[in-house]
Amino acid sequence: MIQAVLEVRDLRIEFPTRHGPLVAVDGISLAIAPGEILGVVGESGAGKSLTGTAIIGLLEPPGRIAAGEIRLEGERIDRLAHDAMRRIRGRRIGAIFQDPLTSLNPLYTIGAQLVETIRTHLDVDQGGAREKALALLREVGIPAPEARIEQYPHQFSGGMRQRVVIALALCAEPRLIIADEPTTALDVSIQAQIIQLLKRLARERGTAVMLITHDMGVIAETADRVAVMYAGRIVEIGPVREVVRAARHPYTAGLMGAIPKIGAGAGKHRARLVQIEGAMPRLNAIPSGCAFHPRCERCFERCTRERPEPRPVGANLAACWLYDDERTSAKA
Amino acid sequence: MTNEPLLRLEDVGRDFDVSRPWLNRVLEHAPRQLLQAVDSVSFDVRKGETLALVGESGCGKSTLARLIVGLYAPSRGRIEFDGVDISDPATGAQTTQIRRRMQMIFQDPYASLNPRWRVRDIVAEPILVLGLLKNKDQIDGRVAELLTQVGLTPDDGQKYPHEFSGGQRQRISIARALSGSPEFLVCDEPTSALDVSVQAQILNLMSDLQAQLGLTYLFISHNLAVVSHVADRIGVMYLGRLVELANAKDLFANPRHPYTRMLLDAVPDLEMSGRQRTPVAGEVPNPLSPPPGCTFHPRCPHANERCRAEKPPLVWRGETASACHAVEENRI
Amino acid sequence: MNLRALWGHDLAYSFRSSPVTIAAALLTLICVGAALLAPWLAPYNPFDAAALDLNAAFAPPAWIPQGTAGHLLGTDDQGRDLLSTIMYGARISLVVGLAAVLLSMLLGVTLGLVSGYFGGRIDALIMRIADVQLSFPPILIALLVDGVARVVLPSSTHDEIAIPVLILSIGVAGWVQYARTVRGSTLVEKGKEYVQAARVIGRHPLAIMLHHVLPNATGPVLVIGTINIATAIITEATLSFLGVGVPPTRPSLGTLIRIGNEFLLSGEWWITVFPGIALVTLVLSVNLLGDWLRDALNPKLR
Repeated sequence: MIQAVLEVRDLRIEFPTRHGPLVAVDGISLAIAPGEILGVVGESGAGKSLTGTAIIGLLEPPGRIAAGEIRLEGERIDRLAHDAMRRIRGRRIGAIFQDPLTSLNPLYTIGAQLVETIRTHLDVDQGGAREKALALLREVGIPAPEARIEQYPHQFSGGMRQRVVIALALCAEPRLIIADEPTTALDVSIQAQIIQLLKRLARERGTAVMLITHDMGVIAETADRVAVMYAGRIVEIGPVREVVRAARHPYTAGLMGAIPKIGAGAGKHRARLVQIEGAMPRLNAIPSGCAFHPRCERCFERCTRERPEPRPVGANLAACWLYDDERTSAKA
Repeated sequence: MTNEPLLRLEDVGRDFDVSRPWLNRVLEHAPRQLLQAVDSVSFDVRKGETLALVGESGCGKSTLARLIVGLYAPSRGRIEFDGVDISDPATGAQTTQIRRRMQMIFQDPYASLNPRWRVRDIVAEPILVLGLLKNKDQIDGRVAELLTQVGLTPDDGQKYPHEFSGGQRQRISIARALSGSPEFLVCDEPTSALDVSVQAQILNLMSDLQAQLGLTYLFISHNLAVVSHVADRIGVMYLGRLVELANAKDLFANPRHPYTRMLLDAVPDLEMSGRQRTPVAGEVPNPLSPPPGCTFHPRCPHANERCRAEKPPLVWRGETASACHAVEENRI
Repeated sequence: MNLRALWGHDLAYSFRSSPVTIAAALLTLICVGAALLAPWLAPYNPFDAAALDLNAAFAPPAWIPQGTAGHLLGTDDQGRDLLSTIMYGARISLVVGLAAVLLSMLLGVTLGLVSGYFGGRIDALIMRIADVQLSFPPILIALLVDGVARVVLPSSTHDEIAIPVLILSIGVAGWVQYARTVRGSTLVEKGKEYVQAARVIGRHPLAIMLHHVLPNATGPVLVIGTINIATAIITEATLSFLGVGVPPTRPSLGTLIRIGNEFLLSGEWWITVFPGIALVTLVLSVNLLGDWLRDALNPKLR
């Protein structure tokens, strides 16, 4: 088996408060292989973005990794000092955020920012770095890069800015890219362009991509595998096809049914959307047992008491007592 | 649903003055600059139907919503509500009467409720301002009834907005909008700030309320899937102009305008049918200097000389209207 | 809200967990208490001209050999008991400081709200006046207002109206900061959808300003106000020190310092030093409270 680029095991992120620690991410495990795009999907408050920030070592205090480990190509990176982590970030992990404006310095030309990043991480001279910057801009699909490299971020449109941010993330040829809602701020037509670009990069460069988003549509288009998060835990993880078309966990199934679909009987014949009652629990009031049980239509007594761990169900792993071995064998 | 129009827009346009301050204009010899946010838009909304307007950011759909409810005055054209001219929001003794019958639901549930007011005061404000009920007990009863109607409890009236989740806040907004027993609701992206599972709750609630109260909706959204789920008819906007208007079914089965086709192609494929998305080249041009002729021509695969020179008018064919020379000439 | 909820409140928590703030609050409490209760606590009434004994003038503090037990902190050049005079003087300083800040707030919040909500020419006019005023030091503005008031009003009334004039001049000198802050937050709030929702139902602009925008735009004002009480007290002291403040017959802390200043070099240091310490203690503790309030209410720092 090929070594995973990223491996996260039993990661737990806590925020200490005076009423005791709030557990924002609770024991999640996942791995991404070279060239693979892992989608991490969940609604707001699920802990997906925190997981991403923890991996790139940018967790804002007082938030802290309370347990578990993060390995980049086999090497532990969750206990590294700031300086060491800064060298890894950019060099071996690239990051793309939702708002391209905040990732770029408005006072420098994009050429200057690219060249500086390249020279920080790679051993090249000014001319070489500029050549590489042009090649990168070309690769992310910016027309006339020779002219645009001298321009400032505000002279770029939203979609073009996000391309520049991607180019910036690619400067040092990282093995892993963490993309947190990279298309959310963009219009649908531009979204499609950025998704294509991410897919091509993963395929051609063998870069592992962790794509964090709330948009199932983007995941379905882009990811190879998908992890569904709820209240700080992974409730289901598996190949994208399986999760999208044959969700095992009731939350995933509900989520898929809640998405309006084009052509599902437009006009007066439209069906009601599947509705999950209630809302994601707040961090200080996560229910006992399975965190989803108060909203789950198939909840039974055990769900309120015991917390289910992810277990194999078909091609997926699902954290749900419906798929408990004893129960299934008792039925059979 | 009847064919009788409840709302009628005739060649409505709205410009915004985006010039630099007077002193800068004089010193820098900069000309006055007008942004044409809405450009001669005409359509009817029929009693009992849901008409949706879709388009990408900056297409003028939100400005149009605000023109209709009187937050802006139109620069040109005429807006009629149930036969009464309401183009000038400042005049007319009937405006209170009209305002009672027409309400608006906003996009951001965190900004649309005054954070320092109790929910019952927020919901009761229109009743008091429009002078619908005078007696305090009657008002309290009505507020309790409204909160129940949107799926909250009368006790929730004692709380402040920050005690509610995004979805519950949007329910409060809806209760407030319904407090004057309106016939017509303008909904500006009512679910785009919400998570999918909550979005489903709100969309279902809105369709229940429409059935119970016989409401007419003007539904504004950037999300084609949502629009396909709620709308009877759909209007597509691009750079301030209405480019296509059709029954929901027809629009998805047989899109006419090249921009509509492009939007449909760009929708993420949740069914995972393997359909290749056609990424569209180019981006929305700067609305301050829109291209001459048809504003879509720089991105349009079917553009010819006429498209570059002449603005296409909205032409009706049966139940469908589109503003495209190529469609009119049967070139596509 | 019951006591337990109040105790557990975030504000109360941040108060409890900061010893400096608790000390500052205690000091403020002592200063304000001594000032408010001066008529009952002070050993003498320094404003009672009949009780003055010029023979007792320049008595040093009690612990110095020539001192008398009756005057703990000694006496001033008129024979007034210094401790009593400081307590009465702090009263005047506090009243002037508080009233001046309230006046600045009232002016600033009103003008800022009008400026931000209506925009256009009104906004341009108010903000240009603010800019012009900001280009002068506040003390100069206060001196100017004070001077104008003295010219306009008959000189026989000067001593009686000294305190209102002082409040007016310090208040007028301080409105700009409030106006700018409130204008900024008004602009932000005005654009929010709840204001649009109120406009959709046709609420009068004044009602929207008062009921919707004002309560949401004035959060920072309280904090600025607390910090500015200290500044206003200093300004009052400065004006009194310069001789345009309250008259020597009813001295404030600033007046006392000025009086004492004349005798500093001749060895009667206590007349200026003790009011000085009182002033510093009062200003410092109020300032610390203001800083704490700013940090505790700023969600970004939490």
